[in-house]
Amino acid sequence: MKKYKFAFFGICNSSSVFYTVLCIGLGISFCAEGQSDSLKKAPELNEVKIREIKLGKRQLSASPLQILSGAALERMNSLSVADAVRYFSGVQLKDYGGIGGLKTINVRSMGTNHTAVFYDGVQLGNAQNGQVDLGKFSLDNIEEIELYNGQKSTIFQPAKGFASGSSLYLTAKQPEFVAGERSHLRATVKTGSFALFNPSLLWQTKISEHISASLSTEYKKSDGKYKFRYTNGVYDSTFVRTNADIETMRIEGGLNGRLPDSSQWSAKFYYYKDEQGLPGAIVGNVYNFSQRLWNRNFFFQSAYRKESGRYNLMASFKYANDYARFLDPDFVKDDGLLNNIYKQQELYFSLVNRYRLTPFWDVVLSGDYQRNTLDANLYRFVYPTRNTLLGAIATQFHFDRLDVQANLLGTYVNDRVEQYFSAGNKNELTPALLVSWQPFASKEFRLRSFYKSIFRMPTFNDLYYTAIGNTFLMPEYTKQFDLGATYIRAFEDQLLSQVSVQVDAYYNKVKDKIIAVPGASLFRWSMQNLGKVEIKGLDVNVQSAWRPARTVALSAGLTYTYQQALNVTDKALNYKNQLIYVPVNSGSFIAGADWKNFGVNYSYIYTGERYNQSANIAYNYVPAWYMHDIAFHYRQHFARHQFKISAEVNNLLNQYYDVITSFPMPGRSYRFTLSYSY
Amino acid sequence: MISSIKINHFTILLLSVSLLACRKDASPVKEETEVLKADPASVAKGLYLVNEGNMNMNKASLDYLDFRAGIYRRNIYGQVNPEVVKGLGDVANDIAIYGSKLYVVVNVSNKVEVMDVKTGRRISQIDILNCRYITFHKGKAYVSAYLGQVGDPGAPQGIVAQIDTASLQEEKRIEVGRQPEEMAIVGDKLYVANSGGYSPNNYERTVAVLDLNSFQLIKKIDVAVNLHHIKADRYGDLYVTSRGDYYDIPSKLFVIDTRTDLVKKTFDFGVSNLAIDEDNAYYYSTEFSYLSGKNTITYGILNVKDEAVTGRSFITDGTDGKIMIPYGIAVNPYTKEVFVTDAKDYVSPGTLYCFDAAGRKKYAVTTGDIPAHFAFVY
Repeated sequence: MKKYKFAFFGICNSSSVFYTVLCIGLGISFCAEGQSDSLKKAPELNEVKIREIKLGKRQLSASPLQILSGAALERMNSLSVADAVRYFSGVQLKDYGGIGGLKTINVRSMGTNHTAVFYDGVQLGNAQNGQVDLGKFSLDNIEEIELYNGQKSTIFQPAKGFASGSSLYLTAKQPEFVAGERSHLRATVKTGSFALFNPSLLWQTKISEHISASLSTEYKKSDGKYKFRYTNGVYDSTFVRTNADIETMRIEGGLNGRLPDSSQWSAKFYYYKDEQGLPGAIVGNVYNFSQRLWNRNFFFQSAYRKESGRYNLMASFKYANDYARFLDPDFVKDDGLLNNIYKQQELYFSLVNRYRLTPFWDVVLSGDYQRNTLDANLYRFVYPTRNTLLGAIATQFHFDRLDVQANLLGTYVNDRVEQYFSAGNKNELTPALLVSWQPFASKEFRLRSFYKSIFRMPTFNDLYYTAIGNTFLMPEYTKQFDLGATYIRAFEDQLLSQVSVQVDAYYNKVKDKIIAVPGASLFRWSMQNLGKVEIKGLDVNVQSAWRPARTVALSAGLTYTYQQALNVTDKALNYKNQLIYVPVNSGSFIAGADWKNFGVNYSYIYTGERYNQSANIAYNYVPAWYMHDIAFHYRQHFARHQFKISAEVNNLLNQYYDVITSFPMPGRSYRFTLSYSY
Repeated sequence: MISSIKINHFTILLLSVSLLACRKDASPVKEETEVLKADPASVAKGLYLVNEGNMNMNKASLDYLDFRAGIYRRNIYGQVNPEVVKGLGDVANDIAIYGSKLYVVVNVSNKVEVMDVKTGRRISQIDILNCRYITFHKGKAYVSAYLGQVGDPGAPQGIVAQIDTASLQEEKRIEVGRQPEEMAIVGDKLYVANSGGYSPNNYERTVAVLDLNSFQLIKKIDVAVNLHHIKADRYGDLYVTSRGDYYDIPSKLFVIDTRTDLVKKTFDFGVSNLAIDEDNAYYYSTEFSYLSGKNTITYGILNVKDEAVTGRSFITDGTDGKIMIPYGIAVNPYTKEVFVTDAKDYVSPGTLYCFDAAGRKKYAVTTGDIPAHFAFVY
């Protein structure tokens, strides 16, 4: 321990904080190893067991992969997917605060629109603004969250899977039955701060030997009220966030089946509805708001997958229908209050063919078609329809120690509008190359690297938003270079039973970044392909499992992100300044322990100092924030029946902070969960 | 074994403690100064410049240029008034001096901030929803506001409020049209340009005329859609800008004769903003072209006596090429120096340029975000 003592008393500035965490993280592991060395000599523990190292997806993936799943996910203090993804490295969550506040993910500083979000294998689209609000996805029915930089490390995937800068995969809980089981039920109710009332129900049943069904439904209501505090050292004011209430309802269900040839099929529907207040920016003299938002999202999707034999096939289909209504009583027009209604529809088909040419060589041909429409009650609205065709050819060589994947993606986009001008046709051809290599005889160490060139299409808002959109827009391109290594090691009968490390260095370039440019007045912006960004970063991930006693299981994970994300657009304006809201240093630490019926989870997030405008000056400085969360769980079984009680404290030290300037985050809050399942 | 668990807990504890103290203590953002060339003989003492700040960022800020000492003081409000919660506020839309008081209209913060001209020290705050511009007449301040009230679908009209400059209390208000913008006073009449900007399918077209003795609406003069600036010259004429509808109707400049209250002349080009001094109206124009996807910016001088284009510009040394988006303009009535601000990309610190009477750049200095409105101190 002594060795690391200095770290605690070192000079305390915001960047050294993280190094402290890093040192401690390593400190734990080193001192623990020291401990276990001596313990090893203890005769009663001297039995020798050979444990095989099992490489997981994290180690084998040619593109950096981070996963939160199962028990680890359940143990964390998270209500929505957004709460959970904050713990990934290389990620900034843009969070407007509170349960209802917009939460979007920005991976490796390329911009929110470069991350595709997939739900059970099919992308969640938003042709209007290209952003998915992760706060709207409850963790209640989520089994696993995976984040891939570049793309998922497989070629057997829909063309869409190749089509974004990074991909977040959400997987709903799948029904699994052990022998003798016919159904599962889980009933949960959550309550706590913000007058939260959140009951949910999950039911899974076996219809026949090969078909199972599941239904998940959830209701959530909260007044969203919380205290927040602003101070400049002279004034020091505490307010209550109002108009932050939210009421949501979700129901989703599906069928999963297996055919005699062991191919799989699934069909699911998802319906979500909410009403919420929109708490605006807290600025001088403005602390109350009246804007309201209603959302309705429906989708149906179905997939078929055949993986046996040399020829494999995957097909999927989706129909989505989204409705949003925005009401602004502060904006009184000649015919009443501002009341905007947006309706989107999406139709999607995908077909993936894989042929195993040889035991080590596969080829894939996949094609997707997507149709998006947007209808809005805006004056001079163009009513756009977008047809997208995606075709990908891909190949994979997989040897014992080397895995190489390459693909070429062709994208054809055609926009049509009912009036004024459309953006017309666009054709793009973009490649990706991914390599994973085990350089030594030992499986423990692997190198990986990828290169990917991809773009994002201008959204309907970019192109057609009345009086702002610009139909001249071109796609926004990114190039990513990544080089990383993974290392995993298991220790027999030691305190530290397993440790795995992932380190990736990357260089990204964004060009023709779509940014809003002022026109003649503040009300007349236009969208233009002007921005250029250069990003150099380092992501570190350490996962460890501990066995301090027979009855105690402990896990700890640490992430660290270094990012230099520089605006290189214009030599005359903020040249080489760090991008807004991107911290140079950030990281997280999660530790969880289980002992008999008890569980505890501690999580910590650190986001370093940032700037809230392009110029890196004192006036735009945003201080670092960091948060400690803790959760306690107790489980009890009565025959098949299981009860679980959890108590969580979020933001333990009651730190007041903004992720986005003027949108205050909650201070300390509590949550209690009672759950029954069989 | 047990001891190692203890160590883990201990490290976590230490970690928590060590992190407690690691955030910088908040303090008011300090004023910054830059030294320019002093002009001890300057008749005007100085110039207040208010920076709008991008919406939602709460970055309205106040700068002061001391002509005589040659000092530019950036962001003075916070240091003089550190006790004001969230400072000057969000989106400052106008500034003016009347008597010994300095008034700043802060649009999104729904307030008129009243300060002492000499010190910048806050005297009071007058709450007016969605306030836009301010002008003065016979001891009263008049403030235009986009809406009289919010939340009532049947109340789309904006207002002009009358405020007593001694008590700093609102006395009366009157509906003038939808989303009124700038005002000008000629004689005992107040002219306010209505925009109707909240309803692009039905912009307002009028200048509303108030009699200030009775504080009654006398008439509305039909001009063109989406009016914005209105400035009086010394010949009883008003120069009114129309922003057009950004599609089919181009932006234009109109001249109203206040003796007849009729439009007497139309200039077929857009004017984004203008400042009138004696016989000259200094203006600039920023037009977005849907053909090129770019802004075209022009600078010029009109002769208001003859109501004619002079063909001259007030920037003659090529500095105009460096200005990304001209956003504010003012003329020193004694030296005829022209001040122009550059708002750049609206999210960066701007620049204040000073041009001498011959159109040559005298100096340039960095401002706050979106430098926009001026008030000379005499």
